[in-house]
Amino acid sequence: MGTHEYRWLVSTPESLRGWAVSGTLLLVIIALLHWSAGGAELSWGELAAGLPQIGDFISRSVPPDLDILPKLLAPALETVQIAIWGTLLGILFAVPLAFLAARNLHSNRWLYQGTRQALNVIRSINELILALVFVSAVGLGPFPGVLALAVHGVGMLGKFFADSIEEIDQGPLEALRATGARPLQVIVFGVLPQVITAWIAVILYRFEVNLRSATVLGMVGAGGLGFELVSSLKLFKYPETATCIIVITLMVIAADMLSGRLRKAIQGDGRH
Amino acid sequence: MIRVSQLSKHYGGNQVLRGIDLQIGAGEFVVVLGQSGAGKSTFLRCMNRLARADGGELQVAGIDALDARDERALRRQVAMIFQHHNVVPRLSVLKNVLTGRLASVSTLASVLQLFSQADVELARQCLLRVGLAHKADARTDSLSGGQMQRVGIARALAQQPKVILADEPVASLDPKTARLVMQYLHDASRELGITVVCNLHQVEFAREFADRIVGLAHGRLVYDGDASGLDEATLQRIYPDAESTEDESAAACAPQLHYANGLGG
Repeated sequence: MGTHEYRWLVSTPESLRGWAVSGTLLLVIIALLHWSAGGAELSWGELAAGLPQIGDFISRSVPPDLDILPKLLAPALETVQIAIWGTLLGILFAVPLAFLAARNLHSNRWLYQGTRQALNVIRSINELILALVFVSAVGLGPFPGVLALAVHGVGMLGKFFADSIEEIDQGPLEALRATGARPLQVIVFGVLPQVITAWIAVILYRFEVNLRSATVLGMVGAGGLGFELVSSLKLFKYPETATCIIVITLMVIAADMLSGRLRKAIQGDGRH
Repeated sequence: MIRVSQLSKHYGGNQVLRGIDLQIGAGEFVVVLGQSGAGKSTFLRCMNRLARADGGELQVAGIDALDARDERALRRQVAMIFQHHNVVPRLSVLKNVLTGRLASVSTLASVLQLFSQADVELARQCLLRVGLAHKADARTDSLSGGQMQRVGIARALAQQPKVILADEPVASLDPKTARLVMQYLHDASRELGITVVCNLHQVEFAREFADRIVGLAHGRLVYDGDASGLDEATLQRIYPDAESTEDESAAACAPQLHYANGLGG
């Protein structure tokens, strides 16, 4: 009786050939997963065997040593400062590049392609690698962290800024050109008002990402909380490590909530 | 004010303007009628160099619009009003009107959002002329379509131009709003003595507002006179294949009907 009350509404292949194609696809996916598992050395056995050690690690980390909190204040602030300047320098260099990387503002195809590809290359270099490079260039401390975030930020912000420029309404730009406005005036009065909210949303998101990255950059000697984290880990002071992780998590959550709320406020403003 | 002779222009293999001769005196309100694709828009755009004509002569406000080296000098004198108003949505109404002054002020000051007291006063005057003085501080995207087009007119007036080119300024408005917008454009340009060349689709507005009507068909001038000369025969010349296009569209529908029947069977 039950079978008559339900119908299986999944579209199945209608021909033998369709079944063959689906079957082959399934086999390929299974083979791919198996191959990757081999390469990545997935092993439930080892994970199970390692569980006691993980438990041991956690048990040695609790309770977190809250006494070092005052000591973490300075590095935590330093992390925020790194994120602020990393974001700001990124914006400064991303803005001019974004105008070059927007197809609708000029007709020079080489300039457009060149800038786009340059932004892609910059973006594809991981922040940690950039930090390593800058640490060896300018020495240990927060400054190489700032530079790493800024450079990577140029790649990302430049692309997003340019994309939002390409999405704007061309009509007002043409109208401004028709009044005899100069290119810079067209940008300030025609382009910026149309992209500014999108840009601010991207910048807030970037700041959030930078704060998260800044906590990790310390691991390669580029200042901030990550430095404390790695030091405590090396000295086997696990309760201190736990405190560092808690502080980092709280900071990231706070940044996430703050930027989320700001972005919502700005975008809501644009709707009325 | 405007002198056109043998003006021609093509896009690729498509000849849009085929030798247009026309003289427009200072202060005239000229309406250009013609089908979509007759070359009205291109004609207007050539006059402030949003498009470049291929050949002929074109003098606007005493400036050679074909070879002028100083494009900005031409555009300062020749303001433009667009079908989709093209105002900047996130700027205030007053600032949108002030963008009409951009060619006449220094780049640095304007980029820093500095405008002279006189320019601000002028912008307010222009808003008063289109009945939007009370909206000066509103954000432009909070206005209705008709109001935005009036901001577009105010921006054109703020340029203190000798000529205003209006490219189907009321095509996307309802009839009542359209008449109001035309009235504002007409009255303001009359009072300030500005020459207006206005593309329109509505023949009745042409009769109502134009000092002079020009008809374009297939890139050629087919009528030049006042509203009284606009009889059936003339309209037939301006809108030549109205019937044949209808036949074409009917023919285009027929196979689709067959197709639909086929699916039904």
